[in-house]
Amino acid sequence: MATPLMAARAGVSGPDIDGFRTVQRLAYDCAEAVAAQLRPGVTERQAAAMMRRWLADRGVHDWLHLPFAWFGDRTAFTGFKVPHQFFPTGRRLTEGMPFILDAAPIYQGYTADIGYTSSLGPNRVLDHLLDDLAVHRALIVEAVRAGRTLRQIYLDVDELMARQGYENRHRAYPFGVIAHRVGKISDGTVRPHAFGFGSRALLGLLQDGVRGHREGWSPLWNPRKSSDHPATPGLWAVEPHLGFRGVGAKFEELLVVQEDGDAYWLDDTLPHLRRWAGRGISGSLATGSAPDADPPGETAARAVVATAEAIAKEAV
Amino acid sequence: MTSLYDLPGARRFEVASTDGVRLACVEAGNPAGPTVLLLHGYPDTKEVWADVAARLADRYRIVAYDVRGAGESSRPDATSAYALHRLTDDFEHVLDAVAPDGRVHLVGHDWGSVQSWEFVTTRRTAERVASFTTVSGPSLDHLALVTREGLARPTPKRLSRNVEQLFRSWYVYALHMPVVPELAWRGVLGKHWPAMMARSEKTLGPPEPSLPEDAAFGAKLYRANVRHRMAAPRHDAIAEMPVQLVVPDRDKFLAKRLYDELDRFAPHLTRRQVSGGHWVPRTRPDLMARWIGEFVDQVEQHGTAKPATAAATLASKGRKARRDEANRRRFAGQLAVITGAGSGIGRATALSLAEAGARLVLVDRDAASAERTVDLAQVLGAAEAYAETVDVSDAEAMEQLAAKVRATHGVPDLVVNNAGIGIAGSFLDTSPEEWKRTLDVNLWGVIHGCRLFGAMMVERGQGGHIVNTASAAAFQPSKGLPAYSTSKAAVLMLSECLRAEFASHGIGVTAICPGFVATGITGATRFVGTSAEKERSLREKTTKAYKRRGYGPEKVADAILRAVAENTAVQPVTPEAHAAYAASRFTPRVLRALARVDLPK
Repeated sequence: MATPLMAARAGVSGPDIDGFRTVQRLAYDCAEAVAAQLRPGVTERQAAAMMRRWLADRGVHDWLHLPFAWFGDRTAFTGFKVPHQFFPTGRRLTEGMPFILDAAPIYQGYTADIGYTSSLGPNRVLDHLLDDLAVHRALIVEAVRAGRTLRQIYLDVDELMARQGYENRHRAYPFGVIAHRVGKISDGTVRPHAFGFGSRALLGLLQDGVRGHREGWSPLWNPRKSSDHPATPGLWAVEPHLGFRGVGAKFEELLVVQEDGDAYWLDDTLPHLRRWAGRGISGSLATGSAPDADPPGETAARAVVATAEAIAKEAV
Repeated sequence: MTSLYDLPGARRFEVASTDGVRLACVEAGNPAGPTVLLLHGYPDTKEVWADVAARLADRYRIVAYDVRGAGESSRPDATSAYALHRLTDDFEHVLDAVAPDGRVHLVGHDWGSVQSWEFVTTRRTAERVASFTTVSGPSLDHLALVTREGLARPTPKRLSRNVEQLFRSWYVYALHMPVVPELAWRGVLGKHWPAMMARSEKTLGPPEPSLPEDAAFGAKLYRANVRHRMAAPRHDAIAEMPVQLVVPDRDKFLAKRLYDELDRFAPHLTRRQVSGGHWVPRTRPDLMARWIGEFVDQVEQHGTAKPATAAATLASKGRKARRDEANRRRFAGQLAVITGAGSGIGRATALSLAEAGARLVLVDRDAASAERTVDLAQVLGAAEAYAETVDVSDAEAMEQLAAKVRATHGVPDLVVNNAGIGIAGSFLDTSPEEWKRTLDVNLWGVIHGCRLFGAMMVERGQGGHIVNTASAAAFQPSKGLPAYSTSKAAVLMLSECLRAEFASHGIGVTAICPGFVATGITGATRFVGTSAEKERSLREKTTKAYKRRGYGPEKVADAILRAVAENTAVQPVTPEAHAAYAASRFTPRVLRALARVDLPK
């Protein structure tokens, strides 16, 4: 592998990992608590405000971005053309409607970025999507371990989605990212945010971007040439987002990439993992062995997708 | 044609009604099942339901009777004896005889439906009706109220609706003439009516021998009720039970728009749209029996019609919601066979039909992807979905598929011959093997589908629809796509010829010409005359370009369903396909010039 990548600042050490885990759990607790309070008639703006208040009450004062909430077909970003459409609207929740809560709090200098998908009452389509996300989670970590470039992994995920019959909806995100790096933010007294994004966290991302540009890597994970390198050590907030006939589903959680190229999901006790466990779906590829180190492009993709599919079959 | 009396367990009996009228009734079918009461129209007898009843008999208890003046029932002379309250008396007496305690599921066609509206909105009989399926027979009260509204608060829509119905009701005015209708029916009209029906409506089977007398006496139904109800409609004619409305789209006597506000009078309304004429109980018995059976089952199980599916409630209001509703009306319960259903346009079409509640047989060469489509279809609410692994170019396998479909699911109502492969590159680079493979899949696959399933549809004689996926390349020549364009042009012409041949059988044929649509076809296209490496990069580039074009297969599926509903002959889909289609007719030189342009490499 290209050496400059190893030089990329991991920016995290052992105790830091615990800090990230704490804030990620806090954010998911928030999403679960707010989701439990959602009733028919609640608007996206109200749900986003509930999350913000819940986290602020527990000591969160800075954000990578302010909480988002998407209801109904907005979970699949239907008709999204301009970025302002991501912001919460007056859309009201009704029975059976899917929703996504997305929050990125910064707590004691550690950033989390989470996405929580559920529905108000049963929704068969959403259940199916959520089940099928498990295999994406497994595929991503396995492919990172195998040393595949981020661009290749993005395309692997695309292929898997196409086979599953779903649309790739993370391409709607700014820069079409499936993931982005997060890091430590030094504590400051001034915490300005503009257009819903915390400026200090964005600054960190920007610094990473400048540095990466010089060294040949990118803190944004998308299908562009700039992402054609293996994952850089550090933390990545990964958010594969499936869309299917007006229903969207995603999870978003932190992936830890180590200096030696190994990778693991920061936390295996998150709500979607508990949900999969409850439904007998294995959300991890820990049992499968990694494909041979660095086989030529297509075979590797096939191997990874095949492993992922085998797992998916086993699970479903 | 069978008679109601030939059904298993058929029993003829008579019911005495008020004023000495005796009604000829028949009871048949499964005595333990829910009771379905079938009521005929004008100028028919209860035998109009024979084909539908035969399909319902194994699960339901069937009851039918001849309305006074028709068939084997008495024929009172006085016009006043045919007033709606008399008919309600008749219905009540029949109920007392066949279901003294329980409730019945009422099904009415034409005048059988008109009088049923009176029964289901009159208190003494309404509470004894569990559900009501109405075919081609509006309530006179609703008709009067809606017509008056059109006059009192005219809008262009209401006015044109009134005018349309005014013209379609010509026969009602004719029947109000004294003596003439009776003379006509007992003379020339009665003699030629069966032949006229067979020609214009494609009804099957011999006429009832009692037709002239049925028709002559039945005229009194109109005379006794129409003028009176149009002048003084009831305002409280609300049907509280679940109501299923079946609207044939080529009904000569009733405007489809007449029913647009029916949910005001029937709050629990399910609407169905059937391709056919006025006599659908005779011409579409399979579909009618299925819809009646499913509706009865739902009401028996839940006490109400099925609530909208999860997917349906998710639909945002507006165009999408209206489109979904139109698809449900048209395709619920219909059996569709789709080839190439594992990906792209085939899969999208399967899923759109699944949302509409169709029954699906999904065919693909790749078993896993067909299975996956089945999974998704079931989640979306398909009534049934089955995967079949067949290569459409394999004649024998296709024959086995057709036989299997017929044996296990019945004759399909809709066949989408969609499976196809892509091939690009110049004519001189294309080898005979590559030509053969292309034509085998793209043309022979369609021929097999049309041949096997078309024959079934013709034999059944209840209509149907075949959709063949052609391409904009069928009329846009190109030096870069000779084999593909040839195969698709053949599919287009095949569809046009077949459409002409099948028109007389009530079977529609549509050729779909999508254009540049982002599907898996580009990733698997054979680029002849290139190295493996070059081919891969061309595939990637094309796929990327199509993705950037951003026209999804879902929109093609919408176009397919719309084309089936409207029986369109050739349906271009993307704007470029529309443009090429127009150019091929008006300025073919432009297309010839375009054909010489090098495809990007």
